[in-house]
Amino acid sequence: MALELDARDQSMLDGEHGAAVAAAMKILVAFADAVGAQRLLDISSAHIDGCLYHGKAGLDFVERLVEGGGRVAVPTTLNVGSFDLIHPGMVKMPAGDEAPARRLMKAHIELGCQATFTCAPYQTRFRPRFGEQIAWGESNAIVFANSVIGARTNRYGDFIDLCCAMTGRAPAWGLHLSENRRGRILFELADALEPSDSVFVGVGLVVGHKSGDRVPVIAGLPQPRDEDQLKAFGAAAATTGAVALFHAVGITPEAATLDEAFHGLPPEQTIHISRADIAGALASLSSVPDGAPLSAVSLGTPHFSHEEWLRLLPMLREIAPAGNIPIYVNTGRATLQRLQDEGALAGMEAFGLTPVADTCTYVTAILGRLEGVVMTNSGKWAHYAPGNIGVSVAFGDMEDCIRSAAAGHVVRGRL
Amino acid sequence: MKRFATRTGVFQLAGEAQGQALVFSQALSFWGGIDAGTGDIIDHSHPGLGLNVAGKVLVMPSGRGSSSSSSVLAEAIRCGTAPAGIIIERLDPILAVGAIVAEFLYAIRIPLVVCDIAGIVSGDPISIRSNGAGQAVVTLPAA
Repeated sequence: MALELDARDQSMLDGEHGAAVAAAMKILVAFADAVGAQRLLDISSAHIDGCLYHGKAGLDFVERLVEGGGRVAVPTTLNVGSFDLIHPGMVKMPAGDEAPARRLMKAHIELGCQATFTCAPYQTRFRPRFGEQIAWGESNAIVFANSVIGARTNRYGDFIDLCCAMTGRAPAWGLHLSENRRGRILFELADALEPSDSVFVGVGLVVGHKSGDRVPVIAGLPQPRDEDQLKAFGAAAATTGAVALFHAVGITPEAATLDEAFHGLPPEQTIHISRADIAGALASLSSVPDGAPLSAVSLGTPHFSHEEWLRLLPMLREIAPAGNIPIYVNTGRATLQRLQDEGALAGMEAFGLTPVADTCTYVTAILGRLEGVVMTNSGKWAHYAPGNIGVSVAFGDMEDCIRSAAAGHVVRGRL
Repeated sequence: MKRFATRTGVFQLAGEAQGQALVFSQALSFWGGIDAGTGDIIDHSHPGLGLNVAGKVLVMPSGRGSSSSSSVLAEAIRCGTAPAGIIIERLDPILAVGAIVAEFLYAIRIPLVVCDIAGIVSGDPISIRSNGAGQAVVTLPAA
């Protein structure tokens, strides 16, 4: 059946809401046709992953919407850009790319987007509620919104996230619809596992790798300490696979029971995950052995939450690294502002602490030295950084990372 | 005298094109697969590695991979390194968005057609046009 537009959709398409909205609706309609949607639905928020500069076409698109008098129709947050606007001089970029990359961030703000510049919009005041229809870009944000919050989005990306924001509409298909949120593949954890950060990353890596395009359900996952462990799980699963929604039985909001997660139907496949599977997945993140000399630590991919900061800061004081190895922590500007208002960061630079806002150390040139090993507690960073910025990576939990910074080489305790 | 065969397809984005077919049985992701500056195929895991898509009619089962392919296709169209047209067997929202955005920005339209690709061979002269009723007509050498 063909796509049916309501009167308001049609009026947007016909240009009655301005040239920018008409263009956005035209693109959205073509996309909706291509995915087989029969109608559009209202969204309550959008998150735009369009602020990293990849070439002129991306900037030209946003500029045309600005010229067309465009404004986003719903509250719209922005993902990271190529720059840390809070810490000028942090990013080293070829001169020719700098002006358009800065302009790209600014042009989005001119469309009425919020200058959040974070991959963790769920940590901001724009966090959606359970059941809300939203159009979000960025893989970790998408999987978190769907799985941990129970909001509803598909994997939106290039151009389309912004077209949804400009029109306040999204195609009614995929994970917007209840029937498509049903679990399809079951992962059973064979061993009783402690709720360590690494376990959540490791299971996430395995689930992402083996789920394909099926919604995974995980049974036997330990109760997480906080939502940051689910953030790490989702980010890992969306790194090794295309996971946009997972259900953790007894943990996430659409999976009080196994039956609820599968909508009463049997799983199409059951996969057992052992302690050895998790260890293997985590080992694959490190390209260097223990003892390798360290040049930096990078935490906060996805962006560090306030709670994570409150775990890190006492750890830094206790372990007290000498400060010769930079400890980069990527975080949202609102979180950083809150910490500064609380006075929480005073004196911490002596331990090497280097907060990074608005961007992330694996998408842009921040790291001062690339020749050595960078240690991270992020499965996502460990996966992408070698290809993106050419570093060697050691994975470990947060405390291992700080102990390694103090030791000057990779030190790891238990997995 | 040369003989030609035609087949009809569905336009994801209507338009006209002609060029040599470049046929792949394996989907190619524009993101990470094509250098938008040159049109060269750069995906080391793809059989087309080292070939160039500029001005060709790209024929493959489907698009593939990240939504960033929309940006790469739009950028390739801007740079003049994109295929003249694309024929795929399955609707592809990512390629459709890239092509539509490029048309919006640069008034360059490359047709995106969904039809049967069996029997199309690389090097075949292919043309894409509309039959006047909104359907795509693909003309290729008779088998």
